[in-house]
Amino acid sequence: MSVFTLGIDIGSTASKCVMLADGHEIVSKSLVAVGAGTSGPQRAIAQVLENAGKTKEDMAFILATGYGRNSMLELADQQMSELSCHAKGASFLFPDVHTVVDIGGQDVKILQIENGVMTNFVMNDKCAAGTGRFLDVMARVLEVKVEELGALGAQSTKKVEISSTCTVFAESEVISQLAQDTDKRDIINGIHHSVASRVAGLAHRVGVRDQVVMTGGVAQNTGVVKALEEELGHIIYTSPLTQYNGALGAALFAYQKYQKEQKG
Amino acid sequence: MAKEVSPGVKALRKVVEDVYADARKAHAEGKLVGWSSSKFPCELAEAFDLNVMYPENQAAGIAANRDGEIMCKAAEDLGFDNDICGYARISLAYAAGKRASRKFDPETLEFIIDPSTGKPLKDENGNVVIDPETGKPKKDPKTMQPYTVLDDIYEIEALPETTEKEIAYKNFRREAIKPYRQMRMPQPDFVLCCNNICNCMTKWYENIARMRNIPLIMIDIPYNNTVDVHDTNVAYGRAQFDAAIHQLEQITGKKFDEKKFEHACENANRTAKAWLRVCDYLQYKPAPYSGFDLFNHMADVVTARGKVEAAEAFELLEQDLAEAVKNGTSTTPFPEKFRVMFEGIPCWPKLPNLFKPLKANGVNVTAVVYAPAFGFVYNNMDEMARAYYKAPNSVCIEQGVDWREGICRDNKVDGVLVHYNRSCKPWSGYMAEMQRRFTKDLGVPCAGFDGDQADPRNFNEAQYMTRVQGLVEAMEANMANKEAEGK
Repeated sequence: MSVFTLGIDIGSTASKCVMLADGHEIVSKSLVAVGAGTSGPQRAIAQVLENAGKTKEDMAFILATGYGRNSMLELADQQMSELSCHAKGASFLFPDVHTVVDIGGQDVKILQIENGVMTNFVMNDKCAAGTGRFLDVMARVLEVKVEELGALGAQSTKKVEISSTCTVFAESEVISQLAQDTDKRDIINGIHHSVASRVAGLAHRVGVRDQVVMTGGVAQNTGVVKALEEELGHIIYTSPLTQYNGALGAALFAYQKYQKEQKG
Repeated sequence: MAKEVSPGVKALRKVVEDVYADARKAHAEGKLVGWSSSKFPCELAEAFDLNVMYPENQAAGIAANRDGEIMCKAAEDLGFDNDICGYARISLAYAAGKRASRKFDPETLEFIIDPSTGKPLKDENGNVVIDPETGKPKKDPKTMQPYTVLDDIYEIEALPETTEKEIAYKNFRREAIKPYRQMRMPQPDFVLCCNNICNCMTKWYENIARMRNIPLIMIDIPYNNTVDVHDTNVAYGRAQFDAAIHQLEQITGKKFDEKKFEHACENANRTAKAWLRVCDYLQYKPAPYSGFDLFNHMADVVTARGKVEAAEAFELLEQDLAEAVKNGTSTTPFPEKFRVMFEGIPCWPKLPNLFKPLKANGVNVTAVVYAPAFGFVYNNMDEMARAYYKAPNSVCIEQGVDWREGICRDNKVDGVLVHYNRSCKPWSGYMAEMQRRFTKDLGVPCAGFDGDQADPRNFNEAQYMTRVQGLVEAMEANMANKEAEGK
């Protein structure tokens, strides 16, 4: 009989769950596009269990991570930081990873990985420029969906500079570019480079070594990935499971913790 | 039960209390009181028997008493930008006469209590008493505090005092100013500034001097681009010492007393040596105390290092620590699982928040950069000039890294927690490069967090908690990796 473990990642903008069988097979996953402090976590948990036809009691170990991890302590057996969980998830998907770039809703993390575990990291400071929220704001101003940004930016033909100092000021820059009839696709490409430049500055602090893996929702934006590859001079690997990476890492840790408990 | 305080700690507390009390007394008697930057050669002022107060320590105390924000805002209202150091803003507001005070009713002259303050009331068995009406814990009235308001001593002094009512009101308003020592520090009659500790000092002290129309003695210490201090620099520093002595002679109307100066130097050297030996006790594993305790003793090494009482108190603390090591005890209220260097000045208004995740994860701070920064020893005036060239923000990165990596190795740290202090750009600016070097040279993880030494608006607890947890998890992984490699 299989052992099921559950990883719950409560981020600032989304709630994600991954259920594993025997610590390696993903049997269910869920994502609700609202995060900490909303109904998102409970809905994501209900969904992941329902998809697999399981109950909480069927879970051998539940581990919570993400910004809202401490709100899950009644349900979860343990909590860990999203830093370690992203490192764990990325190492599972890409065993040769040495650098993880995770761009989440409100933070950016660069993780250094040795033998599959995080040995050092750096995070953005109190500014949300260069994060998922930055792209959300820009998409709203440009009247496009955030998931369309990658494809639109790829059609750019002209370089447009957008500053990465501050989300609010960058927004007014975008508005001024729109007022000058600059092509939206060029503006979007400029935004992607703006994010990449900020993230690269952070990444160089901790050092960048192959393989470089990008996780988090923003990794789905091919424009940011490409711009970051140019900035860093490294190939960046992404996975279709990118948004679930933190929850996957949490489920993997949950399995490890379960095994440790069994050994007593 | 109150935490037991060792004789050494008691003595150190008394030294600082006395420095403030002596200054208040001197001010009341019409004697001169100066304000000085923390690494101005205090030995010079000691030679003239001057009472000197230290605005950096004062600002730290005001911030720890949760009045940093109101004072910073007061400085901003005076026109000082909120990008300026929080200590400078607090000090400038204070110099302008601004004070954190307690709100009161001008008619009844009774304090107006802030219902959000106070600790829960406990019964004789130590259980929290619940208010039957609200279902919430009752507050202990003894611990409830009045609302904090901003006041101005110069406005108070200008109030009329013709009627009894006016006199009573004026007196009560004076007394309403918060009673802790840092909020009752006398105003300055002169200022002593040495910009070795930070370049912001120059404008900070110039502003105070202009604001209060008082003499400023400035000792300029240029940034050291090399590890060694050049002889020309020593000559530059020494010449300024001579000029400062001349200015002090003019201010006090006294001749420079060589004997008193030599005595102050002896004390300063004795204090520095005892301070360094106290710092070295953090090398024990587990450590008999925490680097956070050292932060608390900074007040002594800054305000009183030229006084024999400070040297004696540190020597007493040294004895306490030797005893603690012998008995295997520690002031750290949890078992030491990890040892870290804490880089930078703590967020004084948020000390409990800073400490919480460290305690929860068994992280003891066993290294802080203050040890070498204030433990300087010298034998004559030229050597003293050379010693004053070296302060945390006046040395090149090679010297800064060398200091820190030396302490990290000696004090056996597993990781480094770096405070990116919004108040201190010179200090925080080169930390990204330092972090890189720590990891490369020492093989330990580093985590940085954003905060401020005095302005609570610049600290975010949720972000800090994640970074500390990340550091702990990285230290665990690092230790496991080293173990696996058989190191």
